[in-house]
Amino acid sequence: MTPGGGSGPMKDCEYSQISTHSSSSPMESPHKKKKSVPKRKWEVFPGRNKFFCNGRIMMARQTGVFYLTLVLILVTSGLFFAFDCPYLSEKITPAIPAIGGILFFFVMGTLLRTSFSDPGVLPRATPDEAADLERQIDIANGSSSGGYRPPPRTKEVIINGQTVKLKYCFTCKIFRPPRASHCSLCDNCVERFDHHCPWVGNCVGKRNYRFFYMFILSLSFLTVFIFAFVITHVILRSQQTGFLNALKDSPARYPFNETNFRAYCKITSEMSVVCFFSVWSIVGLSGFHTYLISSNQTTNEDIKGSWSNKRGKENYN
Amino acid sequence: QVHSLQELRRSASLATKVFVQRDYSDGTTCQFQTKFPPELESRIERQLFEETVKTLNGFYAEAEKIGGSSYLEGCLACATAYFIFLCMETHYEKVLKKISKYIQDQNEKIYAPRGLLLTDPLERGMRVIEISIYEDRCSSGSSSSGSSSSSSSGGGGG
Repeated sequence: MTPGGGSGPMKDCEYSQISTHSSSSPMESPHKKKKSVPKRKWEVFPGRNKFFCNGRIMMARQTGVFYLTLVLILVTSGLFFAFDCPYLSEKITPAIPAIGGILFFFVMGTLLRTSFSDPGVLPRATPDEAADLERQIDIANGSSSGGYRPPPRTKEVIINGQTVKLKYCFTCKIFRPPRASHCSLCDNCVERFDHHCPWVGNCVGKRNYRFFYMFILSLSFLTVFIFAFVITHVILRSQQTGFLNALKDSPARYPFNETNFRAYCKITSEMSVVCFFSVWSIVGLSGFHTYLISSNQTTNEDIKGSWSNKRGKENYN
Repeated sequence: QVHSLQELRRSASLATKVFVQRDYSDGTTCQFQTKFPPELESRIERQLFEETVKTLNGFYAEAEKIGGSSYLEGCLACATAYFIFLCMETHYEKVLKKISKYIQDQNEKIYAPRGLLLTDPLERGMRVIEISIYEDRCSSGSSSSGSSSSSSSGGGGG
């Protein structure tokens, strides 16, 4: 409808309809030229992230350790399927490689999902919003005194009757929502920031925590599974009497002669060492995150003791 | 004169922006304050604005609702190691799409004719609803003349 009454002073302006649909991918490049080439948001993203596949994949800058994780998982699982599964599926049950396969599929799926998805990065404030906030803060503090940097700005909000202080992020120029935190490695504020995990090459936050938790949980099961059945394999083989005779009888069935049996033992022992350390650290980590979930905390909050029941401790974000 | 959206960008000049903040009184779920910003006093009826924000709040509550279907969706997703999301959208994403359509609709029908523009909070990380206030380059008087007639022309914007 027309805003009617002002038609006197208002000239006859011609307008044409356009889709108001502001698609989330293209964005005007910062220069206001007439023929500005629209750039994708990931191309002008201010944080320290790497993007692949036209912005579909988002990771942290340092991804070296992630490749190590991939290699460890792939090599260990590969060796397991190649060397242990044929024997075990015959001796015990073919369900073993099947279950192993399912676990491996879970681990890889959730790992890639954790590493490649956006953890819940908060976009930085637009210049207009930043200016508006600054103005409001100046009004609240009185006019800015001198040139020195004013103390960290906080804003109090009342959440369910409890007062929580929101901290101002100088990099992103926003007041961080409750439970958000700034990751110094990625230079982004992340919602419900858990931690920055170099092993997955990404931050763990609100939007990828479920993938991260499923990853460590399924990895715990996988490492325990592999470890248990590698040990089982070694025990079963060593219990076989006339082992070398069996080899002579059916060399095709047990593709080992003496020399590569030694190699096999070496590989197995290396795998066992990797598995042993992995089992304890991964299982421990899964247990820790299960505790965090049950107490509704993030790693960051647990370490800082944000919600611990200390008297007189203020709740900061 | 109906101000259509696009041309707000070109022929109108941006006067100022108002930011509607999050309302945390009921917890950390996504809700926005329904308090009417003073800058919009002369631009839009209080009731229309409040209705927009309340509807948005309703949408966000629906998106984050944990009910039977979202529980099943979660279990199915977990069981398939989240591969199912290569084929289907989450309930949350579906509601976000609804919200985006609603905002577009509101902009076209209610806000653009009054020289205002709502920005989807998704673009700002769900922290604020950004309302841009435009001044007509074509007009000399702008805002004040608009209000008296818009209140008399009542529900025309629906």
